Amino acid sequence: MREYSVLIGGKAGEGINTAGLSIARLFSRLGYRTYMYFDYPSLIRGGHNFAIIRASARPIGAHRTPVDVLLAFDQNSIENHRQRIHRGTTVIYDASQVTKGEGYGLPIDTIVREEDAPPITGNSAMLGALARVAGIGRDVLGDVLRESVPAKHLEANLRVAGRGYDGVESAFSVEPLDAPTLPIMTGNEAAGLGLVHGGLESYVAYPMTPTSNLLHFLAGQAEDLSIKVLHPENEISVILMALGLAYAGEKAAVGTSGGGFCLMTEGLSFAGMAEIPVTIVMGQRPGPSTGMPTYTAQTDLHFVLNAGQGEFPRFVVAPGDIEEAYTWSSTALMLSWKYQVPSIILTDKTLAEGGYSFDIEKIALHPDLEPVLWDGAGEYRRYARTDDGVSPLAFPGREGAVVRANSYAHDEIGFTTEEAGAVTALQEKRFAKGESLKAELAAYPTVKIYGPRNAGATVVCWGSEKGACIEAAERFGARVVQPLVFAPFPARAWKEAMIGAGKVVCVENNATGQLARLLRQEGFDPGRPVLKYDGRPFAVDELEARLREVLA
Amino acid sequence: MSPQRSAGRPAGGLISPAANTWCPGCGNFAIEHMMKSAIAELSEEEGIPLHNFVLLGGIGCHGKLVDYLNVNGFYGIHGRSIPAATGMRLANPDLKIICHVGDGDIYAEGLDHLIFAAKRNSDITVIVHDNRVYGLTTGQYTPTSPFGFRGRSTPGGISEHPINPLELMLAAGATHIARGYTKKIRHLKDLFKEAILHRGFSFVDVLQICATYFNLTDYYNEHTYEMQEGDVETGRFESALDKIREWDYDRDAPIALGTFYSVRRPIYEEKFQALTAGRPDRRALVRKVIERSR
Repeated sequence: MREYSVLIGGKAGEGINTAGLSIARLFSRLGYRTYMYFDYPSLIRGGHNFAIIRASARPIGAHRTPVDVLLAFDQNSIENHRQRIHRGTTVIYDASQVTKGEGYGLPIDTIVREEDAPPITGNSAMLGALARVAGIGRDVLGDVLRESVPAKHLEANLRVAGRGYDGVESAFSVEPLDAPTLPIMTGNEAAGLGLVHGGLESYVAYPMTPTSNLLHFLAGQAEDLSIKVLHPENEISVILMALGLAYAGEKAAVGTSGGGFCLMTEGLSFAGMAEIPVTIVMGQRPGPSTGMPTYTAQTDLHFVLNAGQGEFPRFVVAPGDIEEAYTWSSTALMLSWKYQVPSIILTDKTLAEGGYSFDIEKIALHPDLEPVLWDGAGEYRRYARTDDGVSPLAFPGREGAVVRANSYAHDEIGFTTEEAGAVTALQEKRFAKGESLKAELAAYPTVKIYGPRNAGATVVCWGSEKGACIEAAERFGARVVQPLVFAPFPARAWKEAMIGAGKVVCVENNATGQLARLLRQEGFDPGRPVLKYDGRPFAVDELEARLREVLA
Repeated sequence: MSPQRSAGRPAGGLISPAANTWCPGCGNFAIEHMMKSAIAELSEEEGIPLHNFVLLGGIGCHGKLVDYLNVNGFYGIHGRSIPAATGMRLANPDLKIICHVGDGDIYAEGLDHLIFAAKRNSDITVIVHDNRVYGLTTGQYTPTSPFGFRGRSTPGGISEHPINPLELMLAAGATHIARGYTKKIRHLKDLFKEAILHRGFSFVDVLQICATYFNLTDYYNEHTYEMQEGDVETGRFESALDKIREWDYDRDAPIALGTFYSVRRPIYEEKFQALTAGRPDRRALVRKVIERSR
């Protein structure tokens, strides 16, 4: 089976991300599944940005080190990626910027000037050249440009793309596949749309990489999706605003990264005590502190599991691909409302900002869940004792109900109390909800298995590393086991998934093995760690090499 | 005070059965009872249903008021009532949302939210129980304690001057600014009603007696006066600023009570209302957005 990898690199501000997505669309048009890894430093202009676009006939969620085509806008885009260039690699570079290049030099400055086009159209020259090298027709190239370029700039882009197309020669031929053109979206976008699918009415956030783009996306689509998108003064305000919305009956979610989540933890604990639903999209990046804002990590698992003073049930899910980001974001919001607990969707920069082919038709949606609402009978008691721990909801403005939310220990009505019996009952009621949530989740795919059952070796991983692990494990005929839900921990599903696991390795994007620690805490053997903590996700071949050390 | 009209409320009307734990002589009683009366009268006079009132409390002695009145309550966390209030107003424009906050609560812990709610002209009411001392944590200085105040955390006396919260609110963009005093209860009730009826961000700083840690009764009785017609032009920023600066919470000066500033401006929540109006089939909208990425 043929697959293709393309790298495009240049300075920040040159539109590398957008160009990368256009490259993915080029392959998508021919029926390929695509994945894009976007690497950029924390600055606005200059530096070195690059995107690796990989296309395959099968679903993928990881890149490989070697590339078939390298598109370089500057010298760094060649020098920094020498290890990716092999005998079959075609290098196309901007001859106006690159002094030492081998391959095709396109005089992009000259082309743009001669075509009387804005400098940003240089990306289209590269796109055109790539199309020619890959044996992709002009018609497909034109279609992609028509979709991605605003009408008033289309003609200029088509002319410049044509010059790129004519400036190189065909090196190989990408065969069209008998498969539909799939939408290409980021994990952030899928999570946002999943939330709306689950009933979201308001999204509240303060900008922080890697979830800023979720805020931007939903703000840009607010009218089309009929939702409110709010950006208040800080993350404390963010979560409290969401709690105010939810108290008054509106389904709200928030988004942040580790630093912002630190500020939200007091509000999180309040949500736990007052039993106000809230859904939090927590995109991880390397810490501690500001760390590396635009890079990736899986370092906040224990933080989200334990954040907030006191003890209260919560739902924590870590989607590993775009379909999971969509379905589980929807489910997280619905579970939060059904059980009146905080839901946390734990993503990372790789998933949040990575571009993926999104097969909405093949998605296996979870059941719809409804919140339990007050029937209006008798005196309303916000924290009424029930068998499953869930007290029916009423919202202020409802005649005949006095709705009391309380951060203090409280009685069934919601009045503050410190009485021993009442506070014990309250605590037990909250944990009854946790048990009910756990029972409900027994019917969900909380732990996923890929590959053969009795393989003699099992690769355990979570979140965005799933894509690289599935491909790398195939090389060894190993099984992959991926927990999706971390709270309440699906111990039974885990046990079943690990029957006959054989030799176990646990792959994580952190330095201490956070999933491994959780597994030990739950009484399971996490096997041997394979860790990476340089802010970059594993490339498939890189992971294969690391697994070979452990499994061979 | 009007009789209760809503069915199903316990006898005693707007006073809840929760046991009251404020100190004898506490200024909070006056605020509690005047808010109770203000709500009852607004319900009667303006036809605002009692179930549309929401009281929020922060943490401190003031917050207990939320337990003591029989209306919807949101007994939140220290300093954070205001963003929750804005959230409620965004969700339901029919609600009358009143934040009871303390001076430590909102001028220290949650000052950012106060300033931003004023800046946005969020359609909520903020009532500050300004006793100029921490009560529940037993006697530390607050942002409005006067220079030299000896609290338990500053036994040598503070070397910082208080903020003038009214001046701060005027600068931040508040559209309704008033000050009351817990010993002038009728006046206080009228200030509450006026603030609640104001469309936009309304702010009332209430000089409140702390019977235990900072009893300024004699001082306030001597220095406060109710502003009369013509004392301030409430529609003019400069006039309000002059009047607000008459007393800075520090030096001895006459202390004006009443409304300093009241203007109409578009409210924050308005433009968001249309976005979620009706009962849209959002799943169909989601599919459309996904299709556009193909």
